[in-house]
Amino acid sequence: MQEKEKYQKLKDIIQVYLPSDVSVDNIQPSSNFISELNINSANLVDIILDVEDAFDIRLENEDMNQMQTVADALQIIDSKLNG
Amino acid sequence: MGRRVVITGLGVCAPNGVGLPDFTEALRTGKSGIRFQSRLQALGFGCQIAGEPLIKDNLLEKYFTPLQLRGLNASGLVYGVIAGRDAWADACLEPNTGSSPNWDNGIIFGTGMSGADKFRDAIYQVDNKEVRRLGSTTVVQTMASGISAYLAGMLGCGNQVTTNSSACTTGTESILMAYDRIVSGKAEVMLCGSCSDSGPYIWGGFDAMRILPRDYNENPSAASRPMSASAQGFVPGSGAGALVLESLESAQKRGTRIYAEVLGGEVNSGGQIGEGSMTAPNGEAVRRCIQKAVQSAGIQPKEIDAINGHLTATTKDAVEISNWSEALGLQGGEFPYINSFKGMIGHCLSAAGSIECVASILQLEQGVLFGNVNCEDVHPEITKIIEKERIPQKTIPYRPKIITKASFGFGDVNACVIFSSLNR
Repeated sequence: MQEKEKYQKLKDIIQVYLPSDVSVDNIQPSSNFISELNINSANLVDIILDVEDAFDIRLENEDMNQMQTVADALQIIDSKLNG
Repeated sequence: MGRRVVITGLGVCAPNGVGLPDFTEALRTGKSGIRFQSRLQALGFGCQIAGEPLIKDNLLEKYFTPLQLRGLNASGLVYGVIAGRDAWADACLEPNTGSSPNWDNGIIFGTGMSGADKFRDAIYQVDNKEVRRLGSTTVVQTMASGISAYLAGMLGCGNQVTTNSSACTTGTESILMAYDRIVSGKAEVMLCGSCSDSGPYIWGGFDAMRILPRDYNENPSAASRPMSASAQGFVPGSGAGALVLESLESAQKRGTRIYAEVLGGEVNSGGQIGEGSMTAPNGEAVRRCIQKAVQSAGIQPKEIDAINGHLTATTKDAVEISNWSEALGLQGGEFPYINSFKGMIGHCLSAAGSIECVASILQLEQGVLFGNVNCEDVHPEITKIIEKERIPQKTIPYRPKIITKASFGFGDVNACVIFSSLNR
């Protein structure tokens, strides 16, 4: 899977959880899920489940703790896919 | 005397009509919301019919965000949100979009349980060692207070936000709890009401108790027969009813339409003493509840124009009529008009009281009494107490000034509320 394709797939997942005052164009690799994209912290667990389903991987609790930004998520996805 | 409390908004999600216009028309024409349920047949239920609101797919997008709709599997919550938001809009109130909660507005919205289907999903996942995959909304969909929490978040209410639960009394009780809160000056506007889930996991327990009719699976609309000699048991239902209660001052200041005034009411319990039990009411408590409600309203029994009974369509309906008659000291032709909407919608359990209160108030607004259905053959024990013409067989034009409504529930709990037109 191309990096671009992965990024798009992740953006599609994140988009659903954005509050109404944050647009999909605000999503950048450096965006922090909670402090910048204003995603409800409770929804992070749903994003994890969606990522697991979309990429057919399994994320552990420590992966979740490290997943602060969009780039963090991409890196974790990469490591699982290549692991 | 405490502050006066009025009703300024109504909302409903009933088996025979979703939204006030459809519901009103259904009541007027005696349209049944009781239908055959193939799911219940497939599961081997004795009673394979039920009352379930028909929700069009695209309707949900008006009430829920796409995110809220993801994994939403709690039917009572859906009904409650539709009814609650409709009542709010009907009262010309807007969702609070400001930066601060609205401290004067609260919610008391009851239910029996929440999200039975969601809970079933969760149980399967947990037992399958997949607890980590439950997602973030299992808790909020299955907590009893889910409905009041969802509504409070959608409307931005900052006063008391809670859920009451007292079986089939729940809806009527919620109105009296909201009434008390406004009378005591602790709130100006309270959204109250109740909801109940649909489905086999809710209705199964009643089927197991053999208290549901089993001979009407081919003829659903004739199954629910309140006050009838051929009543076989109650037909299970589901849905939600919602009312906006408001201090008279607040309603007048806003210049909004007033449907009715809540004159007073009473809640009590028979303590499961004497003939009272987990499933049967203590008659003394029922009569006392009615009498105390009349006293609290400051009216005389003969001023009551119409009663909307609990009247579930069991053989006990005659006992209820006897209790009303004795409590009010009225019989024969002096007895008020009486009806039960359960002939059309079934027994909507924790939603019954609120849906039926909405219907009762619509009678005040429309200047009619909605007719009973399926009781052409009024039970002889009932006609010994009251004249048959007090039980309208079809909708009649009539302008009631005072209507009383009671609900009785498992656990031997009772609630009775008295509504009047504002300028009687």
